[in-house]
Amino acid sequence: MADNPGTPENSGYSGFSEHSEHSEYSEQDVLREVSELEQKSATAARIFDLRRIIGGLFVLYGVIVTIAGLTASDAAIHKAVGVNINLWTGIGMLLLGVFFLVWMKLRPPAPPPVEELLEERKQAE
Amino acid sequence: MQTPTYLAAELRLPTNGLDYTILAIYFAVVLGIGFAARRSVKTSLDFFLSGRSLPAWITGLAFISANLAATEIMGMAANSAQYGAYTVHWYWIGAIPAMVFLGLVMMPFYYGSKVRSVPEFLLLRFDRGAHLLSSILFAFAAILISGVNLYALAIVVEALLGWPQWVAIVVAGFFVLAYITLGGLSSAIYNEVLQFFVILAALIPIVALSLKKVGGWDGLTDKLTAEHGANFTTAWGGTGIGSPNPLGANWLTIVLGLGFVLSFGYWTTNFAEVQRALSAKNLSAAQRTPLIAAFPKIFIVFLVMIPGLAAAALVPKIGTSGSDLQYNDAIPYLMQELLPNGVLGIAVTGLLAAFMAGMAANVSSFNTVFTNDIWSRYVVKGREDSYYVRFGRIITAIGVLASIGTAFLASSFSNIMAYLQTLFSFFNVPMFVVFIVGMFWKRASMKSGFWGLLAGTTAAMVNYFVLYKQGIVDIPSDQGANFVSAIAGFVAGAVVMFVVSLFTKPRTEEQLQGLVYGTLPQTSSGGTPIPGMSEPPAAGDDAWYRRPALLGWSAIVLAALCYIPFSL
Repeated sequence: MADNPGTPENSGYSGFSEHSEHSEYSEQDVLREVSELEQKSATAARIFDLRRIIGGLFVLYGVIVTIAGLTASDAAIHKAVGVNINLWTGIGMLLLGVFFLVWMKLRPPAPPPVEELLEERKQAE
Repeated sequence: MQTPTYLAAELRLPTNGLDYTILAIYFAVVLGIGFAARRSVKTSLDFFLSGRSLPAWITGLAFISANLAATEIMGMAANSAQYGAYTVHWYWIGAIPAMVFLGLVMMPFYYGSKVRSVPEFLLLRFDRGAHLLSSILFAFAAILISGVNLYALAIVVEALLGWPQWVAIVVAGFFVLAYITLGGLSSAIYNEVLQFFVILAALIPIVALSLKKVGGWDGLTDKLTAEHGANFTTAWGGTGIGSPNPLGANWLTIVLGLGFVLSFGYWTTNFAEVQRALSAKNLSAAQRTPLIAAFPKIFIVFLVMIPGLAAAALVPKIGTSGSDLQYNDAIPYLMQELLPNGVLGIAVTGLLAAFMAGMAANVSSFNTVFTNDIWSRYVVKGREDSYYVRFGRIITAIGVLASIGTAFLASSFSNIMAYLQTLFSFFNVPMFVVFIVGMFWKRASMKSGFWGLLAGTTAAMVNYFVLYKQGIVDIPSDQGANFVSAIAGFVAGAVVMFVVSLFTKPRTEEQLQGLVYGTLPQTSSGGTPIPGMSEPPAAGDDAWYRRPALLGWSAIVLAALCYIPFSL
């Protein structure tokens, strides 16, 4: 993965790799094992963009609660100490939802790294 | 203690179809995230640590969310109704310094050594004894804490919505089980971030309306001062050594017990928290995880304290025999009194989401430690990676089932928050002492980790069960006893580590590279490059607002400034 060049080869750390005589698990074992897994990891390439979910849910909630506010009964407003709390909360949630959607529009998620695409193609063959 | 965890029966909320629609949409989205995240799980690293690839804003909000469980929300509101503005200590001194310390000082060692869990770090720094003991203690504690969340959820849902307890437990357990089994940590973290915003949407209307109801902040402080005296709305009033106060703690136990030992133990070595930072995509993002979380943490105290104080002002006899309401009822009471349908549905959803996230954080850290640190290291070694992903899914199910069992243990404690802090003083504090000594003292020997951990845990338990419960030492409250247990556990662990280190052999210098403070080469810019991770900063990470030191120190200064109005 592009973000994690810390493989044992380029770590500048290989000078210490003579730890196998210790029965204890050494730091190099962890570095090697996790680095290998990082190479194969799929999360970065395949995970969806959370901003879409937050944006979508809050726009939906915002609309529902705003409508409840627009049609609020006097009893509901009286209960909330004279504030049309549904309206205000609905508008707030709507704005938050829109903020996430706009953010995603302005800064779209990076496309998956080339290595990942190549690897997927290789697996498909 | 005078705060039973059950809620007054007449708190049934007037929910209607609109509220249930809002709740149902949330549950659907939670499951949807689980299914969508499933695609991203290919290796065990994806399942247990999101492939170490998430951006800082996501891990940072998940970090705060994992802490902002409903036990925290209801418990801290209860604390405020009972003790007043002392609650700010749990945030400004009891969280911020430790979070900043984790980000600035400890994260280079955690993230840079590429360990997958807190116990794994102890394996590298000490030996198998310390590793196995800490893994088992952590797994045990995670299930106990997860059970607390489940139990609290069941009683709250029963009181507010009228569902039988077993229905609430089965429904919540099923959803947590489903989305973690499907999508692993990514799914847990994504849901935590979503939940963070839902909780804000739930709490802000409650705060606004309750303030309006009591006549603003001035009206609130006037009423409380008249009822409870001037100290009730200050942070430090009445905490002089020897002067009695309802918290049963003086400034010294607050600063040392809460601010140092309990807080550092929780924030820096509790894997349910640290795991969020370890899943970040690079060292810079990992360092920023707790720092980004620190800013909301500074202000969340107002969202939980003001409802608690308002409840104390509106129902002066809350928590005493003169009222049916208990301290834990503060937030549900205000929901019932103030929120119309619609916002009420959001508030109910926020509470349920918070319970589930608190449980999920513990289950997702439990399955990681159990699989990586116990199963693959000592039981079934050297199998292919996909075996451990499968095993992780199975152990998740077992963890959820075990949590249901431990939920009933929680019912024997009267104050949820005090019970949680008791568990932390047993399990996190000894872990923290071993950590801090190991990370800052090269001479601490391989064997000292195990013995320090054992001594610290034993000392904290002896203080609680023998000295406090048997009445040998007079401590006025559970919370005060927890502070003392924490200090006892810390001191015992440190002393035993020191003594054992004198008589046993230390690790060699090169075995400690990257694990002990001072072994990382410092660059001229003051940054701390990590052996094995000579990564160039990712694009944009050198922006001034992303500098860990600036973020961290700003949080400290901001928290200190927040104390001023509460100290005058």
